[in-house]
Amino acid sequence: MTAYTGRIAATRRGRTVGSRIAAGLAYPLGLPILLLVLWGVVATRATSTFFPDPLTIAEAFRQTWVGPAFVEDVLPSLTRLGLGIAASIVVGIAAGTVIGLTQWLRDLLEPLLEFLRAIPPPVLIPVAMLLLGITDTMKVVVIVSGAVWPILLNTIEGVRGTDSVMKETARSFQVSWWERLWFLVLPAASPRIMAGVRQALSVALILMVISEMFASSSGLGYRIAYFQRNYLIAEMWSGILLLGLVGVFLAVAFGLVERRVLRWYHGIREVNRV
Amino acid sequence: MRVPSTRRLRALRRAMLGVVGLTGFLLIWQLIPTLGLINPLYLPYVTDVLARLFEQLVDLAFWRRLGSTMTSWAIGLTVATIAAVVLGTVVGLVPFLRRATHTMVEFLRPIPSVALIPLAVLMFGIQRQAALVIIIYASFWQVFVQVIYGVADVDAVARDTARSFGLTRREQLSHLVLPTTLPYLMTGLRLAAAVALILAITAEMVIGNPGLGRMIELSRSAGDAPGLYALVVVTGLLGLTVNIVFRFVERRVLSWHQSVRGEEPL
Amino acid sequence: MSDRRTLLRVEHLRKVYESATGDVEAIGDISFTMDAGELICVVGPSGCGKTTLLKCLAGLLRPTSGVVEMDGAPVTGPSPAMAVVFQEYGRSLYPWLTVRGNVELPLRHKKLTRAARSRLVVDALEAVGLAHAARSHPWQLSGGMQQRVAIARAIAYQPDVLIMDEPFAAVDAQTRADLEDLVRELHASRSISVVFVTHDIDESVYLGQRVLVLSTSPTWVQEDLAIDLPPERDQITTRALPRFTQLRTHVYDQIQRAKRGQAVAP
Repeated sequence: MTAYTGRIAATRRGRTVGSRIAAGLAYPLGLPILLLVLWGVVATRATSTFFPDPLTIAEAFRQTWVGPAFVEDVLPSLTRLGLGIAASIVVGIAAGTVIGLTQWLRDLLEPLLEFLRAIPPPVLIPVAMLLLGITDTMKVVVIVSGAVWPILLNTIEGVRGTDSVMKETARSFQVSWWERLWFLVLPAASPRIMAGVRQALSVALILMVISEMFASSSGLGYRIAYFQRNYLIAEMWSGILLLGLVGVFLAVAFGLVERRVLRWYHGIREVNRV
Repeated sequence: MRVPSTRRLRALRRAMLGVVGLTGFLLIWQLIPTLGLINPLYLPYVTDVLARLFEQLVDLAFWRRLGSTMTSWAIGLTVATIAAVVLGTVVGLVPFLRRATHTMVEFLRPIPSVALIPLAVLMFGIQRQAALVIIIYASFWQVFVQVIYGVADVDAVARDTARSFGLTRREQLSHLVLPTTLPYLMTGLRLAAAVALILAITAEMVIGNPGLGRMIELSRSAGDAPGLYALVVVTGLLGLTVNIVFRFVERRVLSWHQSVRGEEPL
Repeated sequence: MSDRRTLLRVEHLRKVYESATGDVEAIGDISFTMDAGELICVVGPSGCGKTTLLKCLAGLLRPTSGVVEMDGAPVTGPSPAMAVVFQEYGRSLYPWLTVRGNVELPLRHKKLTRAARSRLVVDALEAVGLAHAARSHPWQLSGGMQQRVAIARAIAYQPDVLIMDEPFAAVDAQTRADLEDLVRELHASRSISVVFVTHDIDESVYLGQRVLVLSTSPTWVQEDLAIDLPPERDQITTRALPRFTQLRTHVYDQIQRAKRGQAVAP
């Protein structure tokens, strides 16, 4: 998603500092503000019940989520999400490394994995409910069962594609197995692994929401569905807004971690571009 | 000189190991309820599940529901692709729009599509349109981002060359922008197809419009474990088919392109 | 040079690659010995199995038949007595490690104190003139500097033999001259023996005390030529010597004969 941010640095010269700051703010904020105002005007004129104006939603947001609901609904959701993501990363990288390094294991599992990852993850919610009941464990398992695939498959590919000269270098200097794993195999696979984690984050968030809409009596997903069933429109919108914020937060946090972990990778690309 | 070459032997070995892997998986599945590790009420025997699967394959009602799911999928994917290609090309080609829409896109994209389910239900009830809202929203971004990426990738020298030879805007679009963007578009389309299928089924599960997803939810609430597992297998096969078909199409369309692109990290 | 101890002994080395399309005999029959402290250059027409020979010496490839002996013991795998400098520095240095990290990596499994390890790293980097770049990443450096890092990594490993596989094939002429002098200087000051594989005739004559001319594949040693140039060499004066011209013309003729297949097997 940062894909086209790099292109935005256009020519900027011969302008005063003031107008430059104004332009710097106008671009990122202009359209959102314009749309919000437009929405507000249309909502108050048209009096559609499904589209309350932004101020009403903001007020509903404050009343709904600031206070006990944060502890009762938001925190449990985020905890399950965090646990699910963490478990997916650990399992995906560990299993992916083992499979990626072992040719026969890869041949053995490839068709099976190809099938398993093609199952739409939300379909596993009813299965998990059957096997584990309506519990927190079930929700974490559901998140992992969907989010682990992009990480697992990308790790396998990344580990398998370690450069032959780099491997030969390690061999010629008799670098030990653990050092090879830590200083060669995992770093070499890290761009692929991070791409997998990025995909896994959005899958995990979707599964968190659905598992709660489907089988829960608390959590963000449950709350939003509850508001909808009771025609609490502004509250429902505030829930959608909150989920959006969680999504944005995840994307930003990932971006920060990624930039740190893959500093060398971005550095090379930058050098190559010049 | 060996008669069956080493390479063919290796391919054969691979295929056999793959079959062994699948068989082993089914065998372990069969053993778990047989040995009483999990109650067959919750994890039914493979044999039962496969029997149910074949039962459904000759049932016309099953095919109608499958058709319903795939119709939502096809409509959603088509609308999303057309919208994403048009908007993506315009935004990608006009630097002003690219800068102006950037924050909007970065905020809207991470919103999980399923968060919109309640809104869709409010607007359309349990009809197909409600599912379409979700499908279109989710698959739109997959294509949109790839198209913008692709349009931005047009080689600067090639663009200057086109301009210096006085190619019209229309000619530039079809001879320069389209060929560059096509590989990106195909990647986006493949990803979008998978996402659209996931959300078509999910929407049916949660909203309750007719289709495979609703069948899954009904089997669950009826406690029909073999039926539920059989449907999960069906969705897996469906997902596999979509993946394979779109990968094949991608390769065919781009066979002229020197580098059939790898997975673009998203 | 000081002692005439035999360090490396290669006898009737043969390497056949098995492949799907049939067997390929890369090395026919190579024999030679090298004394401790020598600097030997290996030249030959392109595709003559130079890299194969080098990998067999380094213990990275198992020969089909024949012996490679290091200090009287057969080489069966990579050994701490040898260090390799690969041609593709860009793929041999790890981009996620700093220059210092790259040089330090092979030392980690040697049982050294932290201080001793650090001393070796600093010393090696100073020897190649890169002490100031320790904290940079390889990709921030020019090609010639990157190959210096690879050389530093090799000498920090404290091998008896330095094995170099066309190390300067990918750097520009000026840098190349500097690197050649660096190799000669390290060879003189650290009493490391060097096997230097190259396809550049001038380079082999300028650098080596001996030049092994290889035939085309399946390869044998076509000529083992002592280079009787003065030990103190200089890019300008040495290359201007009539004897230098004679030697390079001789090697050039040998390689032309090898290419035409006119050379006689031993």
